[in-house]
Parts: sequence; C-alpha cells; structure tokens
Amino acid sequence: MIWPVDFIIMVLVMICGIAAITVKDLLGAAILFGAYSFMMCLLWATMGAVDVAFTEASVGAGVSTVFFVAAVFRTSRRTKD
Amino acid sequence: MRAFALITVLLLGGLLFFATPDFPPWGDPESPASLHVSPYYIEHSMEDTAVPNIVTAVLADYRGYDTMFETSVIFSAGIACLFLLRVYRRKSDQTRLYRHVHTGVTLRIAKGGKLPENTDEFERIDSLWVPYDLIIKVTSRLIVPFVQLFALYVIAHGHHSPGGGFQGGVIFGAAIILFAICTDLRRAFRRLNERAALLASAVGVLIYVGTGLLCLLLGGNFLDYSQLAGLLHTNAIMARSHGILIVEIGVGLAVMAVMVSLYYNLSSAGRHDEGL
Repeated sequence: MIWPVDFIIMVLVMICGIAAITVKDLLGAAILFGAYSFMMCLLWATMGAVDVAFTEASVGAGVSTVFFVAAVFRTSRRTKD
Repeated sequence: MRAFALITVLLLGGLLFFATPDFPPWGDPESPASLHVSPYYIEHSMEDTAVPNIVTAVLADYRGYDTMFETSVIFSAGIACLFLLRVYRRKSDQTRLYRHVHTGVTLRIAKGGKLPENTDEFERIDSLWVPYDLIIKVTSRLIVPFVQLFALYVIAHGHHSPGGGFQGGVIFGAAIILFAICTDLRRAFRRLNERAALLASAVGVLIYVGTGLLCLLLGGNFLDYSQLAGLLHTNAIMARSHGILIVEIGVGLAVMAVMVSLYYNLSSAGRHDEGL
C-alpha cells in the first residue's frame, strides 16, 4: 500500500459519496454512485483483495449503474426533497 | 424529524469512529481472523483441491453452502423484480413508429393500422426522434463478442486468476445489456427472450444444487465434490477442482440470466415493449 495513492482515493470516495446524496439530479447521483464504486474498487485492489475488486468493478460500477440509469429513465429525474 | 435523523447519524458515526481503532491493524498476523482458519486454507487448499486461487477454493468448495444460497438470493431477486414490475398487456392496441430506412421519413401507425411486418424498407423505432446510430451499432457489434469471450474466460479461468462464476456471469449479462442498449429491446429479445432468461436462471441454480445432491447420492456429504471422482474418471483431488468448475458454470448462468432479466424489467417498466 502506497499511502499517498490510498489517501487520494479515500478523499475521492468521500467526495463522491457526499456528492451522490446531495445532488438534486438523480441521473447525476447514479453516475456519481458509479464513480464511488469504481474508487472503492481501486481501494480493494490496493489492499490486495483482487477478487472483491473485480466484483465491485463489474457489479457496482458496471451493471448497477445501468440499473440506476434505467430506473431514473422510467421514473423522474428530480428528487422531491 | 430531520434534526432527530441528523443526531442519530452523528451519534452512530461518532460511535463508529470511536470503535474503529480497536480493530486489529491491516494485515496483522496476530489478528483473530488470521489465526484459526486462514492458515489452514493457505497451507492445505492446494493439496486438498488442486486450485491455486485460494479465494475460489474457499468460495466454491470449503464454503460451498454460502455460495449456493448467495446464488439463490440472486435468483430470488430476479423473481421478486419480475413480480413487482412485470405487466402484461396486448401489444396490438398502441401506436407504433416506423422509419423509412432510405429517406428517414417517420411513419406513425395509429391503433389498428397495418404495416407489413417483414419488410426491409422500414425499421421500427421507439420514440419519435431516434438518431441515426451507425457508429454505435457497429461499435457494439465489434465489442460484444469480445466481452462475451472475456466473460467465458473469467468463468473458466477462475481457478488460476481472480474471477469466477459471479463476475463472469455479470460480465456476460453486461454484454447482452450493452447489445440491448445499443440496438433496441426487441432485437435483444430475439437473442435471449424473457422466457429463456428465466429458464436459464433456474437451470443455473439447479446445476449448483444438483451437483450437491449428486454428491449426496454417491455416498458423500452434500457438496463434497470428491465423490464425483468415479464419474469424472479422476482422483478425488482433481474431482474437487472439476466440481468447482461445474458449480461456477451454474453460478455464471444464473447470474447472467438474472442480470438480463432485471434490465429487461427495469428499462421497460415491466411492459417489455421499448427499452432505453
């Protein structure tokens, strides 16, 4: 583990997580959640858990983002609160 | 109510920060997790199962029950999504849109109107304005076979490298979803329709459980793959390795079919007429 890389990824994870719950546009939130998953995938990879990182990249950053976008497309794009 | 929620979140978050330093440090050989079962797996998984990737050996062999019920959970999620979203309605009583391929004129066919279905002159489109997407179609046609090949590699090579049935199944499902996004839902149905996807997800779970039952019938414990040695004409250790592969194929099939079925239901709001 190289600590500056770890630190930068950690900060990006936090920014993506906070941005995903504060942004009003749900499509943007879905994309931010995908970015969050990808940063988590990098974090797993730096910790040596390659299998978990692979799952996170394929499920979290890949397919679930598509599902979120599909759900937003079929419902509404703006949040009520 | 908002203030109450904020206080709860701050309290629980503070508790988490307070408790985190009590965890053993990352990679500590003296931590409880790496004292009892981990050394056994690290030292014996190669001689027990002949699988170099310890994670795969633990997931599909030593902890086979967990993975079996994980697959059942995925299957249940697909079925639950189907029950929640799927609506059935007759397809003929709605307006359809066709585009004349050579001139780009869009035709709206009202309810009950007729257009010959099997003509090359017109293509059916979903919304009133669909751009000409030659680049997207050709690129998807180029990419999809390689993605599918990579998915099969991930499933088959899970013994030696990171990967396995779950990841491979998700990637294979993603290839079909990519095809459905780049063309439209009807073309994707021609490749893998709803019934086939549901059948494949059930068959995937059945392969896993059936392998376990076969071991039971041959006189061993449930999911004890070494009992398959007689059927596969190998010794007990290689039988465990091959048993893991059979199980991973079942997991991959189930996960692929469930992902595709989830996409079909979510993107068309259960109506299965037009997708994204």
